Amino acid sequence: MTIRAKLFSSATALGAAAAGAPASAASGWGDLNMPRGVTEISRKIYDLHMTIFWVCVAIGVLVFGAMIWSLIAYRKSRGAVADVTLVHNTKVEFIWTVVPVFILIAMAVPAARTLVEIEDTSKTELTIKVTGFQWGWQYDYLDDGVAFFSHLDRASNAARELLSGIDPNTVDHYLLNVDNPLVVPVATKVRLLITAADVIHSWWVPAFGVKKDAIPGFVNEAWFRVDADQPGLYRGQCAELCGRDHGFMPIVVDVRSKADFAAWLKEKAAAQKEPAAPATAPPGATPVPPGNTTAP
Amino acid sequence: MAEPLTHAAPHEDHDHKPHGWRRWVYATNHKDIGTMYLIFACTMFFIGGLLAMLIRLELFRPGLQFFDPQLFNSFTTMHALIMIFGAIMPGWTGLANWMIPMQVGAPDMALPRLNNLSFWILPFAFTLLLGSLFVPGGAPAGGWTMYPPLVLQTGASFPMLIFSIHLMGASSILGAINVIVTIMNMRAPGMTLLRMPLFVWTWLITAYLLIAVMPVLAGAVTMLLTDHFFGTTFFTAAGGGDPVMFQHIFWFFGHPEVYILILPAFGIISEVIPTFSRKPLFGYEAMVYAVASIAFLSFIVWAHHMFTVGMPLAAQLFFMLSTMLIAVPTGVKVFNWTATMWKGSLSFEPPMLFALAFLFLFTIGGFSGLMLAIVPADYQYQDTYFVVAHFHYVLVPGSIFGMMAGVYYWLPKWTGHMYDLRLATWHFWLSAIFVNVLFFPQHFLGLAGMPRRIPDYAVQFTDWNMVSSIGAFGFGLSQLLFPYIIWKCVRGGERIGNKAWEGAHGLEWELPSPPPYHSWTEPPSDAVIARGAAH
Repeated sequence: MTIRAKLFSSATALGAAAAGAPASAASGWGDLNMPRGVTEISRKIYDLHMTIFWVCVAIGVLVFGAMIWSLIAYRKSRGAVADVTLVHNTKVEFIWTVVPVFILIAMAVPAARTLVEIEDTSKTELTIKVTGFQWGWQYDYLDDGVAFFSHLDRASNAARELLSGIDPNTVDHYLLNVDNPLVVPVATKVRLLITAADVIHSWWVPAFGVKKDAIPGFVNEAWFRVDADQPGLYRGQCAELCGRDHGFMPIVVDVRSKADFAAWLKEKAAAQKEPAAPATAPPGATPVPPGNTTAP
Repeated sequence: MAEPLTHAAPHEDHDHKPHGWRRWVYATNHKDIGTMYLIFACTMFFIGGLLAMLIRLELFRPGLQFFDPQLFNSFTTMHALIMIFGAIMPGWTGLANWMIPMQVGAPDMALPRLNNLSFWILPFAFTLLLGSLFVPGGAPAGGWTMYPPLVLQTGASFPMLIFSIHLMGASSILGAINVIVTIMNMRAPGMTLLRMPLFVWTWLITAYLLIAVMPVLAGAVTMLLTDHFFGTTFFTAAGGGDPVMFQHIFWFFGHPEVYILILPAFGIISEVIPTFSRKPLFGYEAMVYAVASIAFLSFIVWAHHMFTVGMPLAAQLFFMLSTMLIAVPTGVKVFNWTATMWKGSLSFEPPMLFALAFLFLFTIGGFSGLMLAIVPADYQYQDTYFVVAHFHYVLVPGSIFGMMAGVYYWLPKWTGHMYDLRLATWHFWLSAIFVNVLFFPQHFLGLAGMPRRIPDYAVQFTDWNMVSSIGAFGFGLSQLLFPYIIWKCVRGGERIGNKAWEGAHGLEWELPSPPPYHSWTEPPSDAVIARGAAH
């Protein structure tokens, strides 16, 4: 999250909640809102989120205002006498039934439009099969014969043991780091074919605005295109309860320039063609059985 | 009959109740059964609450300090099942038992022996469920939603889970049948449908929802059972089944279920707010129609619980629109409650305080519900703490506060004593403050990216988790006041007359406090009914 987005999100959430929390960059106090993300879709989702949020705030000001006014103005202790004839008013009741309908239609239109865009998986440039399993992810570059597993990294894995004695604050990206991140190029429409090997998982990277369930026996589609000027590491987690270690199967996506990505893919493909693949595994990685790929 | 039965002398009371343990085990009296339901619900509320506090204890800091992740998952699963099926649903049935015969002018529930059965199933159901904590493999840990294939990995507790759900469902259906038959057949002459108090109306609709959906849940879990033990593959792709089909069936039960949990609260709030505003309910008929439309809509919105499973675009659009539509009748209800207070004469006794907290906080839960309906945004919210915050805002300050408002409203009627108002006001303020400390930060956690149902989290989520946990401990401990206040009130206190509250209307307030063992042995007169139906 950029500083600007962070400040903006803090300001909006503060305005809403009136929670006087200091937006300190060092701690989690400032993490109050959805990230804007690094794809066009994630920003559209963010805008929808903020629009519906402000609609709720506006309605809330009116409704809570009327409630609070009643609590102050019509107290028996201040001598208020009840107007027992006020039990029905067709005009008012009509208005407060119909006006919300129009507000909802006004919200539904942009939401539907964005949804149609999200569901459009045509013209993709790179397809990666994602398989969730208990507990990690397998990534399969279908056209290039590259496949590998991605697990929670060793430092987090050691620290997360019950009473490990390791302070999570000393671990780099505790629980949000993996041994082998998914590598993709910027400015490319990447299609994910998402499935699972055992139980249902869900592949979620907030910065991309993508969350899709990984269901054994079925293949779901999702796509993202990261902005050209936003290479970097993006992190997410499994978002569907999948058993004991559900909380310990993060997702890391390493977004590189197109040239870097092509070089990485070429090197990876060459390495995987060698029969003695374990020796080529990057240092620190969990050993992965080399033959265990479903790449064509 | 000129006089209502308020002056019936004890010897005219056909009060041949058995004494000792037989009074409770053989109980057929609606008040005795209602009392047992309420004690059961309160017990489960504390067991479920203890589990919630253990969950928040583990989540106080990052890192695992107390529980293995599998045990943690058992806690979240059991917490939900106990609170939903053990605390809230029996709590509502307890209030229905106590109040519906009194409110419609009947001597008792229509089917007293069925009533006994529907209660006494529950202790067996929960012995099975709670017993699962002590069998090999541990308690169910796949979430209360029991999604396959994960739930099929449950150990020895799997059949215990399934059979306890069957028993709970049977109990709910029997209770619902009893409510419907009582309301349809036992109303006093002159108590027309549109004169019925809102609590009776909301329970009538709730009972229909129960009969419609509990068999669906029973079917779903039976299919899980045969998938697990008898080689069927309803939910296994390898055998031609579909794990997502379970989710559709489950939520076809599950969405009406959430209204089963909240509609009786709507009824109570619709009685408490007029009483303490000293003004009839605004838009009585609109309220009835709003509840009926919410109940109807609840059958066609189920898939909004599962937008991320990969449904066709048209299905997603349909479920988004139908879900947004629920905001309309819900809005009508909130506006009507506000209009009831408008130009009223308000006082702030404990039932009113809980009703007001309901009004404000349930509305916040409604807003986050509206946000969740927006499918693209839901992709980001789904399965995060934002959802946890949302449904706890509608269930805790919604259902639970609604129930507490009801108990504080009718407790003097049940016991004949006024309770300790000062202590109950303390109970309210502690609950209202801590419930927000507990659940409001969870909105932030979810938006910032914390998934739900995880025992450990990345360090940037530490601060708000600590706040939330402090709120949980405060909220949980404050609830100990509740049974203490009730116990004290049962033991004694200032005697009250027929009416506990100045502005109260309705047939229950025409009976003495405490009411006779068989509430209305002769039907109330039309004049009495008209006086009660103040709208």
